[in-house]
Amino acid sequence: MAPRFQGVDFYDMDGLLMEEERAVRDTVRAWVDERVLPIIGDCYVAGRFPKELVPQMAELGLFGANLPEEYGCAGLGNVAYGLIMQELERGDSGVRSFASVQGGLVMYPVYAFGSDAQKRSWLPRMASGEVIGCFGLTEPDFGSNPAGLITTARETKDGWVLNGAKMWITNGSTAQVAIIWAKTGPPEDVASIRGFLVPTDTSGFSAKDQQGKLSLRASDTSELVLQDVHVPKDAVLPGSQGLKSPLLCLTQARYGIAWGAVGAAMACYDEAVHYAKARVMFGRPIGGFQLQQARLADMLTEITKAQLLCLQLGRLKDKGAATPQQVSLAKRNNVDMATDVARETRRLLGANGILAEYQAMRHLANLESVYTYEGTHDVHTLILGQEITGLSAFA
Amino acid sequence: MSRVLAVCEQRDGVLRKVSHEVVTAARRLADALGGEVDALVLGAAAVRGTDVLGRYGADRVVTLTSAAFRRSAPEECAGTIAGRVQSGGYDTVLLAASATGKDLAPRVAAKLGVALAQDVTDATAESGVVTAVRPIYAGKVLLKVRLTARPAILAIRPSVFTPVERPRAGAAETAAVDVAAGRVVVREVKAAAAGTLDVGEASIVVSGGRGLKEPANFKLLEELAAAFGGVAAVGASRAVVDAGWRPHADQVGQTGKTVSPTLYIAVGISGAVQHLAGMRTSKVIVAINKDKDAPIFKLADYGIVGDLFEVVPKLAAEIKKVYG
Amino acid sequence: MKIAVCVKRVPDTEARVKIGAGGKAVDEAGVKFVLNPYDEFAVEEALRRKEQAGTGEVVIVCLGPAAAQETIRTALAMGADRGVLLQADAIPADGFEVAKALAAELRPGGYDLILFGKMAVDDYNQQVGPMVAELLDLPCVTSIVHLDLTAGAGVAEREIEGGVEVVEFPLPAVLTAEKGLNEPRFPALKGIMAAKKKPLETKPVALGAGGVEVVALTTPAERTAGKIVGEGAAAVPELVRLLREEAKVI
Repeated sequence: MAPRFQGVDFYDMDGLLMEEERAVRDTVRAWVDERVLPIIGDCYVAGRFPKELVPQMAELGLFGANLPEEYGCAGLGNVAYGLIMQELERGDSGVRSFASVQGGLVMYPVYAFGSDAQKRSWLPRMASGEVIGCFGLTEPDFGSNPAGLITTARETKDGWVLNGAKMWITNGSTAQVAIIWAKTGPPEDVASIRGFLVPTDTSGFSAKDQQGKLSLRASDTSELVLQDVHVPKDAVLPGSQGLKSPLLCLTQARYGIAWGAVGAAMACYDEAVHYAKARVMFGRPIGGFQLQQARLADMLTEITKAQLLCLQLGRLKDKGAATPQQVSLAKRNNVDMATDVARETRRLLGANGILAEYQAMRHLANLESVYTYEGTHDVHTLILGQEITGLSAFA
Repeated sequence: MSRVLAVCEQRDGVLRKVSHEVVTAARRLADALGGEVDALVLGAAAVRGTDVLGRYGADRVVTLTSAAFRRSAPEECAGTIAGRVQSGGYDTVLLAASATGKDLAPRVAAKLGVALAQDVTDATAESGVVTAVRPIYAGKVLLKVRLTARPAILAIRPSVFTPVERPRAGAAETAAVDVAAGRVVVREVKAAAAGTLDVGEASIVVSGGRGLKEPANFKLLEELAAAFGGVAAVGASRAVVDAGWRPHADQVGQTGKTVSPTLYIAVGISGAVQHLAGMRTSKVIVAINKDKDAPIFKLADYGIVGDLFEVVPKLAAEIKKVYG
Repeated sequence: MKIAVCVKRVPDTEARVKIGAGGKAVDEAGVKFVLNPYDEFAVEEALRRKEQAGTGEVVIVCLGPAAAQETIRTALAMGADRGVLLQADAIPADGFEVAKALAAELRPGGYDLILFGKMAVDDYNQQVGPMVAELLDLPCVTSIVHLDLTAGAGVAEREIEGGVEVVEFPLPAVLTAEKGLNEPRFPALKGIMAAKKKPLETKPVALGAGGVEVVALTTPAERTAGKIVGEGAAAVPELVRLLREEAKVI
């Protein structure tokens, strides 16, 4: 039985956290150790999202944790929110993705763009896990270029009619409601993009899980098809307008992912250290060989840097001062370094590293998705490039 | 002259063997302090087995009887013991740190208004002051203390103070005592499955972990334990107790029982620190595991690397030949 | 239903324990402290009893240094109502001194139930609960694995050698919790935030030196590895021979 996770904290980051932030981190850490880790390897191999964890996550208050208490949420600060994502992803990127989507991509847009009636109606039920949501922005032909999306929302006498298809939608097949981003005007009118709350049992709406994934296997990833889906007038999120609305949601999720990646890296590093000390070859622990020590030193260095990056980003966000470009830098760096840590851990583990019994290869495979989603690594590179030079190199 | 009281334990009218250890330890202290040992036995009537206590060093064996002592009755016993300590002028009191004793000793100490050294693994006296050693932090650290209060009260860990014969008179006295009724009443005792020996008491323990793969496979360990002819108990690691395969009462380790049997056989147990904390003071440790790098081998006196499903049945067969 | 739960701040059991320079105390540098695991069962049971009664108060009492406020807040985050810290920088090795301080705080409280964890995972003293019961002259049942309450009385189960004892007792009473009593809840995030606003009183307390004087802390002798007798079932006869003739344990 694996020992309980003790954390990776080389520069006493704990000393920079407030007591409640440590308490939040500790409770999620304990929950992940006790409820997620024992089952997640098997879920991953089976290609199953552990739905039974959802009520437990809701009871802990993990959904929309940084949204206000009046909607049944915990009202936490952004560092605490980040620490939740860190610990969830230390468990599995698929579990963290569920929480990111539910909190950052479903509850957040309702909170930021919804009417009071929509907020009061949906948010408490989403916080309690009674209603699961999904975020429908990406389309089969429009990933990195969401501005080009072609899902339409045509206004009618008593509502809207939506038509289109979405792809790579986390929680799609289990959600009771989908936040669908669609153009109310012609395809070239990016400003006409608006968000719609679409109950998934509406006639014309269908969701199907995508098969054959080699990454994020413990997560539901779905295609959505909307064929003449009629929704009432009040389905639109009144505050949503243009691409900046969904992008604002993505920035929330990306912030959580920057922390989450650190969690995955910490899990791999911890596994590497324990293994290196226990595994004996040529008569002594492999942790005593120079090449393995170099691996471990590099891992610890990158993790420490990424942790401090996250902390400052969180503090800036608490002040309302964090920019999307700052979030891009953190997401880009942290996911990239986490992928390296996972890969190097896999290598240090030798043949054992290919087994689902160990965490490294599962994290490695998952992180490839995290590298690509929420803005690919390359897209964030160009976001930073534009920020630095003022020149767009996008296309 | 020092007066040392050795509080013995009985169950169902028979003296428990741990009492020999308590008297042995008491004798050792009395010799260092220059004094006498009185053994104290509380029972509903005369208790069988008290006649050997003189052999282990008791100058006197005092049996106090009351109907209240028929069942485990810590409240009633504590009152009687404390009263006896005071009326007898004892300066040092020893009890067993058995499950019963660990509950009884604090009550006695508190009634007398003094400290208690709980779960002691070594005790000596230097210049008239009793010093004790007790494991703390799950056995990772040994704490040596001087007991400056009078009386000095110690509860000694079972299976550590090997009984030694230092014969004294062992003069027997019996008296009936009046005991005020306690407020806690034992309604019933649900006995463990017939024939199961308590893991904390057995001289041989065969323990299983996740390597057994399924709860039904513990039958292999039960057969191995049975091969020792009734003196072996089956223990379990935390992993299989948490998984619901075995009861908590069988758990050996930091959050289970600490055991010190003569022989501990760890089957399919990797040897996590928390488990080792519960059995590292066993006299002889044998490990059977298919992983030659399992940490348990670092601690085991003898190990077999192999498939437990082949090794354990063979071992049971060989042991049966020895025990007949 | 008014319930007090006495808790202790202890080092995390997975922490590596280092003996400090003077050899008389454990080095606390870099050590993570937690709510004593056995106390978690006690807190959880108190919360369940209050929930079952529908009304009442769960009060957390802790003897410890100022940092123990964080420990109390963990219990408040689980759902307890208020806390009291009896502040003492050094906890004496003599459990009776601790018991006296706790008893003095608990005595005027009018508690129906006072709960403890069976023991602390640092000092392994396993005595403070029953000692407090003696000082308060209350019935005491230790190491309970099950509890049922009715008006003014309780029934508890405890593991003993060879079985399970079922005992009845009147309230008020002192009980100590064993692993298996319940499964403690994880503090929910809302609970963590709410804990910050719950009353937490700090009172300085003066403790006597007591009757236990620390002489030294040492690490036990390492058990050295023995020998691998062989591989597979073929090694069994040799193992049995060694156990018989060399170790002489069978």
